[in-house]
Amino acid sequence: MDLFWEQFPIVVKALNVGFLQTLKLFFVTLLGALPLGLVISLGSMSSFKPLKYVVKFVIWIVRGTPLMIQLLIIYYFPGLVLHNPIWGGGESGRFLAASVAFIFNYACYFAEIYRGGIQSVPVGQEEAGLVLGMTKTQIFFKIKLLQMVKRIVPPMSNEIITLVKDTSLARIIALQEIIWAGQSFMKGSSGISGAIWPLFFTAVYYLISIGILTILLSKLEKKLDYFK
Amino acid sequence: MAILEVEHIKKSFEHTEVLKDISFSLEEGQVLSIIGSSGSGKTTLLRCLNFLETPDEGVIRVRGEELLDAGKATTLTEKAIRKNRLHFGLVFQSFNLFPQYTAKENVMLARKLQAKELPDFKTRKKEIYEEIEKEAEKLLVQMGLSERMNNYPHQLSGGQCQRVAIARALAMKPDILCFDEPTSALDPELTGEVLKVIRELADQNTTMIIVTHEMAFARDVASQVIFMDDGRIAESGDPQEVFNHPKEERTKQFLARFNEG
Ligand SMILES: Nc1ncnc2c1ncn2[C@@H]1O[C@H](COP(=O)(O)OP(=O)(O)OP(=O)(O)O)[C@@H](O)[C@H]1O
Ligand SMILES: [Mg+2]
Repeated sequence: MDLFWEQFPIVVKALNVGFLQTLKLFFVTLLGALPLGLVISLGSMSSFKPLKYVVKFVIWIVRGTPLMIQLLIIYYFPGLVLHNPIWGGGESGRFLAASVAFIFNYACYFAEIYRGGIQSVPVGQEEAGLVLGMTKTQIFFKIKLLQMVKRIVPPMSNEIITLVKDTSLARIIALQEIIWAGQSFMKGSSGISGAIWPLFFTAVYYLISIGILTILLSKLEKKLDYFK
Repeated sequence: MAILEVEHIKKSFEHTEVLKDISFSLEEGQVLSIIGSSGSGKTTLLRCLNFLETPDEGVIRVRGEELLDAGKATTLTEKAIRKNRLHFGLVFQSFNLFPQYTAKENVMLARKLQAKELPDFKTRKKEIYEEIEKEAEKLLVQMGLSERMNNYPHQLSGGQCQRVAIARALAMKPDILCFDEPTSALDPELTGEVLKVIRELADQNTTMIIVTHEMAFARDVASQVIFMDDGRIAESGDPQEVFNHPKEERTKQFLARFNEG
């Protein structure tokens, strides 16, 4: 037991460093994928057929294959196959590669959610606005947008919570996020080796962050509960 | 002079001709009801009047002013279409209220947006909004909704929703108010309350075009009735005449079906 209390501060410090990287990947992914997803969803609804089908095909590929494979391909393909290691070797290169993979992957999921939200607003809403003499812009901002947001928030919340856990997949390209940090104590790090509890302890970080997110997102959902 | 003149309207969707040469006119303060079987083109006609569809051919005139001549090559700008639309109001079968706004906000929204285009909006904003609010409240009271002004659509019954929708259309002060089967989505016990307010509007000489399957209502409230069949006006005229002594075979069949049912 004494040993545990000796190791504890060392482990927490290392896990905090890893968790910071996890958070960074999480926020960068959101920041990139939320707008990119909207662009992709507009592409997937385009009246220009070739664009629409290309975008739908890409969405199908991205959503139909594991994110882990996408990570590996994006990280290793340029260096091993094209002999052009664009990502560089260090942690920043790994982070960049992971960000690209996560943003693109999540943008495709978000795109489908946006599409669902946009298409769920009945045409009658637009027509009602039109016959009242409103412009298309007014109809979008004053009538449709909030109805879309209301329908987007619940599925979006699910994806965002999944993203928290999915960041751990970046471990596969040795990104030094929290799982990597926890695992390092098994092989040996900071004078501690053969310890498995730090890896298990990472779960606490996930549980707390997901707990906070769940509360925030359900607050948002409740805010939009005043209409149906 | 007639408030509305519709001449030779034709409209096709892809390869089906839905409106085949529709002409009629309507006097100010009069009520026109349009009856006819499903698919005969009644909704399409109302949508043409409200510029939700563009006719392939034909002319629409309001108070002598030509709003549309489909034969002319010039396409209307969005602004012109918006202006034209405001001559007409449309009450939908499915209400199409804006769910995120209360009854009163539904009635005020378009008026408030419109007010922003006024030259003195910035300086008189408060007065203008108060005026709009007062008018909205007055309309809702007239619709029997004084207790429901601050309710959201999902808190209202179908009949109440439809009365909000009528108030919302009236708020724009249209020359001609169109109804597309305003009671078809309602339970029978709620139909009456909506028909009652439409009847009151008729008593106040509101110019209206009412597409309806409520035959008795169409007969009693209208000053003129049109029976549509397969994209044409098969018969039209005085309601008592058309309902009690139909001349055309198609009208007889149609009315017979209703009297049975
Ligand atoms: N946007 C459209 N595209 C193609 N066909 C259409 C479109 N809108 C209407 N139609 C067709 O036009 C015909 C007339 O439709 P419309 O809705 O005007 O009939 P209606 O008299 O209002 O019928 P109902 O009593 O069922 O409401 C129908 O055959 C319909 O299928
Ligand atoms: Mg119809």
